[in-house]
Amino acid sequence: MNETQTFQLDGEDIPFAPGQSIMQAATAHGAYIPHLCWHPDFAAHGSCKLCTVKVNGRFGSSCTMAAQAGMSVENRTAELDDKRRTLLQMLFVEGNHFCPSCEKSGNCALQATAYELKMMSPHFDMFYPDRPVDASHPDVLLDFNRCIMCSLCVTASAEVDGKNIFYMGGRGLLGRRVHVSSESGRLGDTNFALSDRAASICPVGVILPKRRGFAVPIGERKYDKAPISAQVKERV
Amino acid sequence: MTTAMNAPVNLAAPPPRKLRVATTSLAGCFGCHMSLLDIDERILTLLDLVEFDRSPITDIKHCGPCDLGIIEGGLCNAENVHVLREFRNHCKIILALGACAINGGLPAQRNHLDLRDVLEEVYQTEVGLSHGGIPNDPELPLPLNKVHPIHEVVKVDYFLPGCPPPADAIWKLLTDLLAGRTPTLGHGLMHYD
Ligand code: SF4
Ligand code: SF4
Ligand code: FES
Repeated sequence: MNETQTFQLDGEDIPFAPGQSIMQAATAHGAYIPHLCWHPDFAAHGSCKLCTVKVNGRFGSSCTMAAQAGMSVENRTAELDDKRRTLLQMLFVEGNHFCPSCEKSGNCALQATAYELKMMSPHFDMFYPDRPVDASHPDVLLDFNRCIMCSLCVTASAEVDGKNIFYMGGRGLLGRRVHVSSESGRLGDTNFALSDRAASICPVGVILPKRRGFAVPIGERKYDKAPISAQVKERV
Repeated sequence: MTTAMNAPVNLAAPPPRKLRVATTSLAGCFGCHMSLLDIDERILTLLDLVEFDRSPITDIKHCGPCDLGIIEGGLCNAENVHVLREFRNHCKIILALGACAINGGLPAQRNHLDLRDVLEEVYQTEVGLSHGGIPNDPELPLPLNKVHPIHEVVKVDYFLPGCPPPADAIWKLLTDLLAGRTPTLGHGLMHYD
């Protein structure tokens, strides 16, 4: 039997190949499911929970759940988007996100997702954690204030670059963030290179090339032009 | 005022009452107020609909009963908190205008530093400065240990992000509010930077 199988995402038929996750099938079809830790090139990490959908009435992470024929999946409902907005607000107050002085602004997946979900304020009290900046590498700056613990750099450095430069570490709400695996903990003491896959994978403004500032004018940056939900295909 | 039941009634609708608006800049740079002025000639339309109470535009020093209070900037000293409370007590609706009011913004980037260290560096040890000592005039409001966004101190009804929010976003929000609609921005007007 070679008939294409489908499931329903907010009432729309989404075709899928056996083995694809709900997220993979939706993305291939151009349908947007909010997400932060999932990246089309890597296995799902399943940690941010932004991609939570309701499958036949029950909550599940669309990046880790296999698509099955006939599933009925709720995605952009007010109920789910409200919960997603709360997750985003927690990420914003647990780090230090000062977008006006962030080089990633306009090209940042966290920021663009917050716009998409109409996050007007952080809602919660701010934590203002004390997090360092690592400028020890000649070509790359690390600003840990903005890490959302998606682990994409960890995976990219291990699986693509074969270097294992990053790991998730630290304890507690505010201590946990990405760390550098050299003995000193400094990026300058690793063989990290600007050409590494891990150097361009960070969805937010942690891993940034040095000596590049406001290269793209405001108004022409990735998410100035169209909302993240309208750029699904470009990501694949 | 009471009217006798059968007194003649003026059937022409009275002109709608102008809404009273107060504005202030707390720990902000006045950039948000500049952006408000950037609505250009639309300010004339606005003035048909609103009148300003306490505001840097009027120089009225204290806030009377208002429909809308617009707050730029976060809280970096005791006076900021005092003014914010005055606004909340007198305004039916409070709008947090811009990044600093919403998350502390640029001033909050001092929050991971010790306040004494900051003052000592700025007033005493930094090369090239006059080293006059940390100012201690009783007229000066005491700085807070950390800079805070305004929603940590009072209830805030609406938030308009941006550093500063674009004039078109301010215009959209004000006209939505004046028309009694829930304000919406949409892509292009919603910016955190
Ligand atoms: S990482 Fe994104 S959300 Fe955080 S400050 Fe930078 S642009 Fe803003
Ligand atoms: S540094 Fe960036 S890519 Fe790495 S875990 Fe943090 S947010 Fe993710
Ligand atoms: S995208 Fe699925 S959990 Fe992060």
